[in-house]
Amino acid sequence: MSLWEYANPVKFMALSGRILPAATVLSAACLFIGLFWGFFLTPDDYKQGSTVKIIFLHVPSALMAINIWLMMLVTSLVWLVRRHHVSALAARAAAPIGITMTLIALFTGAIWGKPMWGTYWAWDPRLTSFMILFVFYLGYIALWQAIEEADTAADLTSILCMVGSVFALLSRYAVNFWNQGLHQGASLSVDQETHVDNAFYLPLVVCIAGFVLLFVTLVLLRTRTHIRQRRAQALMVREAPH
Amino acid sequence: MPDLGKYAADVLSAYGVAAVLLIGLVLVSLRQGNQAKRELEAQEARLRKNGK
Repeated sequence: MSLWEYANPVKFMALSGRILPAATVLSAACLFIGLFWGFFLTPDDYKQGSTVKIIFLHVPSALMAINIWLMMLVTSLVWLVRRHHVSALAARAAAPIGITMTLIALFTGAIWGKPMWGTYWAWDPRLTSFMILFVFYLGYIALWQAIEEADTAADLTSILCMVGSVFALLSRYAVNFWNQGLHQGASLSVDQETHVDNAFYLPLVVCIAGFVLLFVTLVLLRTRTHIRQRRAQALMVREAPH
Repeated sequence: MPDLGKYAADVLSAYGVAAVLLIGLVLVSLRQGNQAKRELEAQEARLRKNGK
């Protein structure tokens, strides 16, 4: 069995239909446990006080905002190279989830920044590259809406996605490139010495799992929607008098 | 409810904004999904009826 089999819409609908209920339950469970644990059962930070609880939203959403764009890059490349429609539709389906994650990261970051940095916003490398990523998401969604011919829309949005990937990667590594912003370095690392304290680390990992699973659930659901809309459009053409 | 001290408004507004955005995204996705399913089923039924 090959992964490419699921580029067939019928097989994709059958498999995603089986995965969706489990993904829904798992994502809801992880989000509930992670956020409950983070909000109610973690101590205040000695420097940041209770604002540290914002980490359970800010870090997972920022991580997802970047990685969703990278997922869109992979599926866009698959579309450009192999012309699998499900791949292009999956990229399209992911964009509204990505822009929501970017907005959550920007809002929670601004709310967290005010008491900690004394300002909601600064033209810091990471914040600025994240704002540009938000604009790319907007442009990507607008381009899909603006072009009527589906394959042309998929081609052009795939190219836009490749260009935007520079900023997605920049948002991740900006603090390493320019050591001059307000934003701190990575909160999580495989290196035990650099990640946050275990009291925050464990619920944070559960929250990240919840956000990843929520993305999987929503991208499957939304891709199924786009496949159905595409099929309805094809039937409408068949139904129309010649 | 934990004691959030002087940062209560900041923490609660961060959670509030995130909840509104996430719940909104889920509801819109579900609504669009249900609408697409209904429309496709109606279209398929119409085609069957017309024998196409």
